[in-house]
Amino acid sequence: MKKIIKYVIIDILRNRIMLAYTLFLFLIGSSIFSLEDNSAKGLMSLLNIVLIIVPLVSLLFSAIYVYNSAEFLELLVSQPLRRRTIWLSLFIGLAGSMAVSFFAGIGIPILLFEPSATGFMMLGAGLFLSVIFVAIAMLAAVITRDKAKGIGVSILLWLYFSVIFDGLVLFILFQFADYPLEKPMIGMTALNPIDLSRVLVLLKMDVSVMMGYTGAIFKDFFGTRTGLIISFLVLVVWIIIPAWLSLRRFNRKDL
Amino acid sequence: MIIASNVSKRFGKLKVLDDVSVTCGKGECIALIGPNGCGKTTLIKCVLGMVIPNSGFITFNGKNITHDWQYRSRIGYMPQIGRYPDNMSIGQVLGMMKDIRGRGEKKLDEELISRFGLNDMLNKRMRTLSGGTRQKVSASLAFLFDPDVLILDEPTAGLDPVSSEILKEKIIAEKAKGKLVLITSHILSELDDLVTQVVFMQDGKICFHKNLDALREETGEEKLSKAIARVMLAK
Repeated sequence: MKKIIKYVIIDILRNRIMLAYTLFLFLIGSSIFSLEDNSAKGLMSLLNIVLIIVPLVSLLFSAIYVYNSAEFLELLVSQPLRRRTIWLSLFIGLAGSMAVSFFAGIGIPILLFEPSATGFMMLGAGLFLSVIFVAIAMLAAVITRDKAKGIGVSILLWLYFSVIFDGLVLFILFQFADYPLEKPMIGMTALNPIDLSRVLVLLKMDVSVMMGYTGAIFKDFFGTRTGLIISFLVLVVWIIIPAWLSLRRFNRKDL
Repeated sequence: MIIASNVSKRFGKLKVLDDVSVTCGKGECIALIGPNGCGKTTLIKCVLGMVIPNSGFITFNGKNITHDWQYRSRIGYMPQIGRYPDNMSIGQVLGMMKDIRGRGEKKLDEELISRFGLNDMLNKRMRTLSGGTRQKVSASLAFLFDPDVLILDEPTAGLDPVSSEILKEKIIAEKAKGKLVLITSHILSELDDLVTQVVFMQDGKICFHKNLDALREETGEEKLSKAIARVMLAK
């Protein structure tokens, strides 16, 4: 397993995109903090980058990478290796490099400028999102054989998680405005890792007072230790389920 | 050594393998022949575990291969179209395979690498290679780990006459060591001095599986190509 992870990581490093992504994140991260005199405000601007760019790059890069390593996978499958080892090595290689890129690009500026609870929460959320979207991309790529279709599905998934899901939530809120929806809303956020991360980070900031009654309910739940542990468990589940489904699919795939 | 029992595989509506049963013993050199799209490559990929049959099973040395993977360390596979990571060089591909598969105790068989002259172009990227050179890399990899079973899918397609002779000599030498060799090819004339048994497939079914000598006797033809033609006409 270690050997294959090594080859996956060497291959990703040889591909300059990863380096460019890290540099891009680092430039944004450090320039936002240098522009704002109040680093808490900087964190607020950075939040949007983390919630939009990180899932998108994670998803697209992983999907394209899986398609491009079709030959590599084919070569390995005919060798005395377990399919599970091959697939998990690919996952660990991709997730590891996405997480390291994020840590180097955004994590270091956060640690330098804003090493607060909010900063750490954002760092954790970003790392989770990087890995979650690698898992989702690998699931999309293993299900669709056609490259263009697979990448299209990945883009749609990203749109769903970052835009459409919020629209659906708003729609439900307006339709059922007469009912108390605050508690079900907590459950709804668990269905979207991006929303969950946003809520987790926002609640650490002072802006949560502006969210009104729902914000108070959220604070009641996510502010507690149990709430926090449950949310991180949900994020872990968001990694495990797509990864497990894709592994099951890959085990039976014809190459 | 390899026994396939009632293996069926469909890709969507297309039935590629239809109840295929075949037994391959040690020391044989078996030619798998048949028209394009008759399921030869799919059968080979089933044996390697790259394609998973819908029904039926395959055993390797008496063990079902479905949940096994170690048996592949005893197979050398040369694919029809060798596909390798584009941005790796020949040397890196060879090195990676040695790293992944190499075990201390067995000696590596690098005869083909040197005879094909691959040592002089270890730095060439896989993307820049011609089809023939790719085939040479595939062949070298198949023989590299001195496996008990060799599965060669169209081994000489795309090779120049000199290299194709080198490969044939190597196959004969390995066969003499008592290895099982499975070959698919469309060039029947070059199988004449290699094979001991013939498996003829059509539309996903095995039409016959015979000893070459028995086939020659039955048809009265010395050449494999003519013998096959005669069998096909007789149907």
